[in-house]
Amino acid sequence: MDEGSVPVAEDPGRRRRVHGMLKIYYGLNEEGKAPEQPESLDPCDINGPHFDPELYLNKLRRECSLTELMDQETCMVRQIRSLDSDMQTLVYENYNKFISATDTIRKMKNDFKKMEDEMDCLSANMAAITEFSARISGTLQDQHAQITKLSGVHTLLRKLQFLFELPARLNKCLELQAYAQAVNTHRRARCVLQQYSHLPSFKGIQDDCHAIMDKLAQELRQKFRDGGSSAKDLSECVELLLQLDEPAEELCDKFLSHARSRLESDLQGLEAEIRPYPSTATKDASAHGLSSATAPGSPTDGSPKNSSLPSPASNTDILEFIDRGCNEFVSSLCLVITSYQELFINHAQKGELASKNIPQMANGKLHAFVDDLAARYFMLVERRIQEEKGVGDNSLLVRALDRFHRRLQAVAKLLPGSAVPNKGTEIVIRAATERVKQYLSALQSFYMDSLTDVRQALATPRLSVAGTSVAGPASGRDAPTSLPELLSSLSASILNQIKSVLASVHLFTAKDITFSNKPYFKGEFCSQGVRESLVVSFIKFVCQSSRQFCETAGDKGGSTPPALLLLLSRLCLEYETSTISYILTLTDEQFLVQHHSPVTPVTTLCAEAREAAQKLLNHYVKVQGLIISQMLRKSVETRDWVNTIEPRNVRAVMKRVVEDTTSIDVQVGLLYEEGVRKAHSSDSSKRTFSVYSSSRQQARYAASYTPSAPMDTNLLSNIHKLFSERIDIFSSVEFNKVSVMTGIIKISLKTFLECVRLRTFGRYGLQQIQVDCHYLQMYLWRFVSDENLVHFLLDEIVGSAAHRCLDPAPMEQSVIEVICERG
Amino acid sequence: MEDDAPVIYGLEFQARALTAQTAETDAVRFLVGTQSLKFDNQIHIIDFDDENNIINKNVLLHQAGEIWHIGASPADKAVLTTCYNKTSDSRVVSCAAVWRMPSDWETGNHESPDESAHNPQTLELLCHLDDSTHGNAACVLWEPMGDGKRMISLADNHALLWDLQESSTQATVSSTATLEGKGQLKFTSGKWSPHHNCSQLATANDTAIRGWDLRTMSQIYCIENAHGQLVRDLDFNPNRQYYLASCGDDCKVKFWDVRSVQEPVKTLEEHSHWVWSVRYNHSHDQLVLTASSDSRLILSNMVSISSEPFGHLVDDEELSEGEELHQEDKGKEPLKDSVVSTYEEHEDSVYAAEWSSADPWLFASLSYDGRLVINRVPRALKYRILL
Repeated sequence: MDEGSVPVAEDPGRRRRVHGMLKIYYGLNEEGKAPEQPESLDPCDINGPHFDPELYLNKLRRECSLTELMDQETCMVRQIRSLDSDMQTLVYENYNKFISATDTIRKMKNDFKKMEDEMDCLSANMAAITEFSARISGTLQDQHAQITKLSGVHTLLRKLQFLFELPARLNKCLELQAYAQAVNTHRRARCVLQQYSHLPSFKGIQDDCHAIMDKLAQELRQKFRDGGSSAKDLSECVELLLQLDEPAEELCDKFLSHARSRLESDLQGLEAEIRPYPSTATKDASAHGLSSATAPGSPTDGSPKNSSLPSPASNTDILEFIDRGCNEFVSSLCLVITSYQELFINHAQKGELASKNIPQMANGKLHAFVDDLAARYFMLVERRIQEEKGVGDNSLLVRALDRFHRRLQAVAKLLPGSAVPNKGTEIVIRAATERVKQYLSALQSFYMDSLTDVRQALATPRLSVAGTSVAGPASGRDAPTSLPELLSSLSASILNQIKSVLASVHLFTAKDITFSNKPYFKGEFCSQGVRESLVVSFIKFVCQSSRQFCETAGDKGGSTPPALLLLLSRLCLEYETSTISYILTLTDEQFLVQHHSPVTPVTTLCAEAREAAQKLLNHYVKVQGLIISQMLRKSVETRDWVNTIEPRNVRAVMKRVVEDTTSIDVQVGLLYEEGVRKAHSSDSSKRTFSVYSSSRQQARYAASYTPSAPMDTNLLSNIHKLFSERIDIFSSVEFNKVSVMTGIIKISLKTFLECVRLRTFGRYGLQQIQVDCHYLQMYLWRFVSDENLVHFLLDEIVGSAAHRCLDPAPMEQSVIEVICERG
Repeated sequence: MEDDAPVIYGLEFQARALTAQTAETDAVRFLVGTQSLKFDNQIHIIDFDDENNIINKNVLLHQAGEIWHIGASPADKAVLTTCYNKTSDSRVVSCAAVWRMPSDWETGNHESPDESAHNPQTLELLCHLDDSTHGNAACVLWEPMGDGKRMISLADNHALLWDLQESSTQATVSSTATLEGKGQLKFTSGKWSPHHNCSQLATANDTAIRGWDLRTMSQIYCIENAHGQLVRDLDFNPNRQYYLASCGDDCKVKFWDVRSVQEPVKTLEEHSHWVWSVRYNHSHDQLVLTASSDSRLILSNMVSISSEPFGHLVDDEELSEGEELHQEDKGKEPLKDSVVSTYEEHEDSVYAAEWSSADPWLFASLSYDGRLVINRVPRALKYRILL
């Protein structure tokens, strides 16, 4: 079989197998990609589907040599053999599998047969059980129905018994005052009685019950009206009444009006404490507008009285007042609110009454009630706060406000939606801002007072320059010692005052104060209230008032002592350099100011202070310059310069000028630094100066005295002027001694010059001027920043005098020096 | 070039006295009086040729003494007054006199300008305004817009009203007013008001300004402490009869309403030294000129207190319609009181400044070193005022 079948199957098998293999080969290809090999159509491809053995053979024969054919043949035989053995293995394996499958199927057939028999047996048994069960239930049905009926009758009978006994039971309850039980019982029976009221017997019971319950309700109402009973009783009472269908609204009203009368008496007690003050508009709760309109007016009328005397109203202090308000009014208000809520809102919400909108109605009534009373209370509190004028002890007010605010928190907790706490906070805020304003004005008046003190201190020991002019150089030495002291004490006392005010105001934001964590006190109060309207305003006020000294004193002349100007200027300068930023930093730190709103920056204030300082100093220079100018001017104007005698001395007025300048120098030196000078020529002593001056002046005289050269003079002075800068006489000065002195000397000398130009001189007149100028030059150069300035102005003076001289014969330089040295 | 450059003229001598030739309304002409103690003093007649920007000068000798004040007759071009210092026997006396310019000064000059410089003609004295009992003359004021017959001289503490007769060769005092008070009172300056039929005079002494009624020669108002220090000069607003400008040693220029003298209407503080002269422009009274010893001349535009505070008067008629009014308002609003310009051509104290009588946009200023500067109002402002 093996031998025979194999060759038979050999040929077609081999063909199929070849095809199969190719199919597998291409099948894979077909799934994946299109046929890759176009050669597959080639009939000479031994693996292709269109293989034609004849063609292939012919081709081989044609193309190959013998050896190649031989090789081809052996190769092909080898391939055929391997293919053959592969196929044999596959056929064998398939056969084995088929055999085992046949065995399995046979075994399954036997098993199924057995199972079918067992199922038949089970169904027979089930049918028997069903039959038995039906028979048993049939026998028990009758007995069951009877039992049900009996139990129904029993309950009915018990209910009937309850109904018949009801009036008696209610009466008993009434006697025992067990109202709750009575109401409860009645409630249970009420529906049934209502339903069967058409039956006469039931009707009788119902009527009895009604009568009893009415009586009960009456009693309850009486008890409620008395009000003396405890809160618990009261609440029970109300609860029962509500259950008895008593109208809730009426109950609310009754309850509230009862409470109102008690609270009103509290309010009147409070009012009595502040009554003596504004006797108008106390009773009228509706007179809100009126009282608020009179309130700001009346305190201002009486404020001076208040500050001096304790106001008649404040025989109890504010803390006491608020305490009383809290303890009496607010706490009873809270009590009322709690019990009311207990009674009408919380209870009602639990029971079936909630559906009748009672909580809403009750809540509305309560809010109106609280708002009304609180408004009156606030009015009183506000009036009392407005009477607090003295700025002495802030803690009392803060504590009072704190207590006031704290107690209102209780109301807020009890009555969540109420506007009362907000209004209370507003009052606190108003009181706080009012306080800040009071502190500002207190600060301002303190500042003005200290200025007056300083003024007096300056005036009494004849310290000012006006004083020195009378008392001579001795007092000039006395004055200085006190100037820096005055300045430091002034600035220290102002700073202290500011600090103490800040400390007082700081109480408003202390942590333990309830209202301090309100957004207002965290933000706006700190930034707008304290920083802007207190600190910044005060600094601005200082600058402003300083500037006013310049303006008012300008025309009248010397109403302000110059030393005060100098002192204030220094004060403002110190403010600019350090104090302002110190104060503001202090404020910011203390109050943790968060700048939500724009605030005045430090730089603006500093600029303002600097401007004020500059103005004051300029004004000081002007005033001092004018005092000296005035002396010089009088001295030039009143003398007959044509017919004067030959100079023997320096005129006394020049000595006075030098003395005054020296004392001014000392005065300024006490408050201002030295400042920068232009470098002096190596030794600016008077000796080198005199050489300098003589050579220059001689040159100029030479020019002006030669009769033929009027042009030369002009030319010379013009050329000279070309090279010197234009001098601004009344110009701004810098914050140092040298600059101030330069300014004063400039003003004085320019005046001297202008006065000289208006006069006519004789020979000795000119010589006197020469002597005077030399004397001035000897002493004034050391005060100024640029000695050339003094030289230039004095040259101008001498030059002008020479021009205005009828007989210009200058004095010998050496003689001048001798005279000046002699003093 | 936006504005013409200033024209500068240098005198050989120092000078303080400057006036415009009031009667001359065609040519721009200024008179300057010199101050010299050693040489013959001169009056320089300075003509300014606006078109060619050239100055012509003529010199007349004033041999009487150094000139402190000069005034030109409002009626006769050739007549002028001076206040001068005369030195005799080592005494200095201030005098005043009326002079006439020689009739041929102009023609002579044209023929030989060089010669005239060498041989200046001399002023012809008409009459002295002297009254030895009344002290030193400070200034002489002509009756504004008058016929050149009346004038006032201020001497020490007297104001003398003079009448000129016989073609100005004779002067008689018609009335006097005397300032009484403690100490040596002295008028420093004065101004004859062009309003009220020229019946009012304003004078300055020390820090006070006084108004006088010339009919009764009595004081009508007094501004005590008008300035912190000496009042140097006054001027009346040519268009608003109660407005008066003053300047002084407190570096300020103040504008007063003489009906309420408690406070000045306006104060300017632009100068850095004494202000010696203040002058309203003759036709546009918002333009005010001030001269100061800080060597500066300042032209201010005081619109708010001028007679045309809202621009030119013609505007009112144009503005009859609502739309225009709105438009015009926008255009005209920004005119504010301001310093128009500061002139720094001088290098010494400027003691006098005057507007030209012929050209309202032209003015001269004189500094002590003898420098005369002629300037114009900036064109932009000129057109703004005119249009």
